[in-house]
Amino acid sequence: MLSDWLYVGIFLVIATFLPFVAITLAGILGPKKPNRLKSTIYECGIETVGETWVQFRAQYYIFALVFVVFDVETVLLYPWAVAYNQLGLFAVAEAVLFVLILFAALVYAWRKGALRWF
Amino acid sequence: MNATLVIEWVVKSLVIILVLTGGFAYTTLYERKVLARMQVRRGPNRAGPLGILQPVADGIKLIFKEELTPHNADKFIFTVAPVITVVPALVITAVVPWGREISLFGRTFTLYLSNVNVAVLYILSVTSISVYGITLAGWSSNNKYATLGGVRATAQMISYELALGCAYIGPILIVGSMSLVDIVEAQAGVWFIFLQPVAFLVYFLASLAEVNRAPFDMPEAEQELTAGYHTEYSGMKFALFFMAEYIKMIAVAMIGVSLFLGGYLGPGIDRFPILGPVYLFIKVAVWLFVIIWVRATLPRIRYDRLMALGWKVMFPLALLSVMITALVLLFVES
Repeated sequence: MLSDWLYVGIFLVIATFLPFVAITLAGILGPKKPNRLKSTIYECGIETVGETWVQFRAQYYIFALVFVVFDVETVLLYPWAVAYNQLGLFAVAEAVLFVLILFAALVYAWRKGALRWF
Repeated sequence: MNATLVIEWVVKSLVIILVLTGGFAYTTLYERKVLARMQVRRGPNRAGPLGILQPVADGIKLIFKEELTPHNADKFIFTVAPVITVVPALVITAVVPWGREISLFGRTFTLYLSNVNVAVLYILSVTSISVYGITLAGWSSNNKYATLGGVRATAQMISYELALGCAYIGPILIVGSMSLVDIVEAQAGVWFIFLQPVAFLVYFLASLAEVNRAPFDMPEAEQELTAGYHTEYSGMKFALFFMAEYIKMIAVAMIGVSLFLGGYLGPGIDRFPILGPVYLFIKVAVWLFVIIWVRATLPRIRYDRLMALGWKVMFPLALLSVMITALVLLFVES
């Protein structure tokens, strides 16, 4: 079991190697003739106006918050699903209850307008 | 744990990475060819017979391109972001089985890199990491369109990840294991697409959203966001983003095939285990064809609708599918 993770580790190291080699190789082989105009950012042809790194809308934040709640709860269903065959009726009833609570939370977030994009 | 064993796994890793990068190159050609045929064109046909050298030509061109970095960008993150995007895309495939055991040179090899017993959880967590790369790329470019593209990508991916996570639960419930090898072997009788049609549909749609493919390619909607998060990228760094997208496409196809379409199983697999990778390849090619077909057919959907579809349709549907599966299993067993 532990060795299986070792193989994933070997794979990770080799996989990390690939993009680094690619970027380094391109950095050596590619031409470098920088000038002022080339290194400006491309938006639509005219010079950019104002800061880019400003605060963006709070709607993303609310979605992220709702996501965290549901993601943690969904991951709780994984061990339940694996052990399902050995659990019996009680665990099923519990899981149904759990998912019903999840649904209630979703409906609550929905009614509160957290899922509305405006 | 001896030296030959380590060498064996290093060779396996290298083979998988080579197959994936080669697969990436030829998926681009495949897509261009199929799209061209669907639009009554011919597609690339100048480089080599039938255009088969086109990906090589593209690769050489991208290596010799000048790389531009905007003068006001965050230089370090700008360079690291493509790496963060491409590495998880490659690493997901470590747990996907390619076949059973084969004998070669008097030794027995297993045709998978690693049979981790939490493979599905591993896939779920590793796919989430590549979102960071896209968001950081958008943010570090210091370009308004790129920033918007990066933020949109994050919001979209987290919305569809819930549905994706629930779609995985169906097969796990039936098999009682998270290992992909066990899940594939359990499909020797009947493929899970027939037992889990709703989960399959949810998986297919959510995986399209996860890899930012049409009709969910909001982060790079060219009409409104120039090119989205990779507007400022050029040369090899751009190629890495492109590579990440296509390798993720191949990866979700491989995972979907393993979960719902019987993975490497097929007629005659018991007598000739070497057929495993062949069946996997054919199924993945068909899956990729459907993805390209969807791109050729459907227009991009509006962003608010995309979020609504993820939260208000797919996620409840996937949860419902999990519950029904659990109840049916209970009745079947008792």
